[in-house]
Amino acid sequence: MPKITYIEPNGNESVVDVPEGWTLMQGATSNGIDGIEAECGGSCSCATCHCYVETHADKLAAASETEEAMLTNVAAERRPNSRLSCQIKAIAELDGMVVRLPAAQS
Amino acid sequence: MAIVIIGAGQAGLQVAEALRSDGYDGAITMIGDEPRPPYQRPPLSKAYLLGEFTEAQLTLRAPEVLARKNITLLSGVSVTAVDRAAKQVRLSDGRAIDYAGLCLATGSRPRPLPVPGADLANVLPLRTLADTRAIAAILPKTERVLVIGGGFIGLEFAAVARKLGKEVVVLEGAERLMPRAVTPMMSEFFRKLHVDHGVAVELNAAVSRLTGAEGKVAAVCTADGREFPADLVLVGIGILPNVELAQATGLECERGIVVDACSRTADAAIVAAGDCTARRLPDGSLLRLESVQNAIEQGKSAAAALLGKERPFVASPWFWSDQYDVKLQMVGLANGHDRTVMRGAPASHKFSAFHYRGDVLLAVDSVNRPEDHMPARKLLDQGLSPSFAQVADLGIPLIAR
Repeated sequence: MPKITYIEPNGNESVVDVPEGWTLMQGATSNGIDGIEAECGGSCSCATCHCYVETHADKLAAASETEEAMLTNVAAERRPNSRLSCQIKAIAELDGMVVRLPAAQS
Repeated sequence: MAIVIIGAGQAGLQVAEALRSDGYDGAITMIGDEPRPPYQRPPLSKAYLLGEFTEAQLTLRAPEVLARKNITLLSGVSVTAVDRAAKQVRLSDGRAIDYAGLCLATGSRPRPLPVPGADLANVLPLRTLADTRAIAAILPKTERVLVIGGGFIGLEFAAVARKLGKEVVVLEGAERLMPRAVTPMMSEFFRKLHVDHGVAVELNAAVSRLTGAEGKVAAVCTADGREFPADLVLVGIGILPNVELAQATGLECERGIVVDACSRTADAAIVAAGDCTARRLPDGSLLRLESVQNAIEQGKSAAAALLGKERPFVASPWFWSDQYDVKLQMVGLANGHDRTVMRGAPASHKFSAFHYRGDVLLAVDSVNRPEDHMPARKLLDQGLSPSFAQVADLGIPLIAR
């Protein structure tokens, strides 16, 4: 199972085993990681699971048109490494990935 | 002081977690009548039935997370009574729990179909994981799906059933789809969308009875004498808020448990949050919202209120629905609008309808236009109204950069 490191807004780092096929959002919320709200439950409708991809960016598929549009209006600063964590599925190649969570989601 | 939360859905969980993040370190007991920890309902009618999400992926918080936050979850237990004088709740297993603060997050249940035959096998609602499992078990043996009620749940299920190759009929009693939730123009867009995907949509269809064979549903009959054969009948005709506990203990209930903007009831020790509530607005009217956002926002307000703080729910209500490749996102309430300005054309399947009263923006419905929905939420939350010309021109951003 890929291990994903989440850096919470307060600097806390949590390493979570995220089952393959789960999204990074599901890995975070089910494990009680602070900093992700995920109001819409992962259907790319609310932009409250914003994260900054710190590593493994080259292993990710590009954001869809819908995700791009949602990212233009996230609550925290949008950076080049901004993604919605509900749109990133855990796969073996992402083992060791680090994502940072913004201070605000809404 | 001990806090008891009745209900372990999205609202109940939000109250418990918000109490912790607001610094409360006393006892929290959350009581849920379903035999599992809190889970997400929205994917049930979409990704879960399509097999894109497993049951484990619906989990909102693993039990270990609740334990780590020192939140006691009693699941598979219901509350039979609230004794406000003794400040105690009584449980179905005979226990009683004292509270200093109480939150009613009792949710809602599907409105039952009030016609003969509604109790036949394979006539199902879609609200809980148990409901959805029952549907998933029957679907592989089903050829003809009949949906009673052309609202969000019914139409999302119709889209899923079509994707799975079923024959689908939707019967809606009103003259248009989703009549309570969307404007006539949007109703027509979705009617056409479903028809284009092979669904038979019957409007003004009053269901009079269901007939069966060997205890299983076989057909749905309408008042005008038509008969629609069906192997599976999905009933999605709205919800009833679970107000009985509140009512029995003398709290005001009207379309829901009546609360103020801070989720308070008239009893200083009792708050309420989520689908079970009706929120009193500044003009005196009552608003019942059935949405995740409402559960979360009222949950935060309710937790604050239990700790003696005011955190009113002021954000514009928003909703979403996914049907086929269409993402509908709505913000605000369009009631009372007198003008609609289109941004993009419906034929393109990428457009937004901006609803105004005078020159004041009330609500925005977006179809496959998340780039409009997100700024629309900001505009409405800030009370800003873009000009009609600005909205109608796709080349002009809604919010100046």
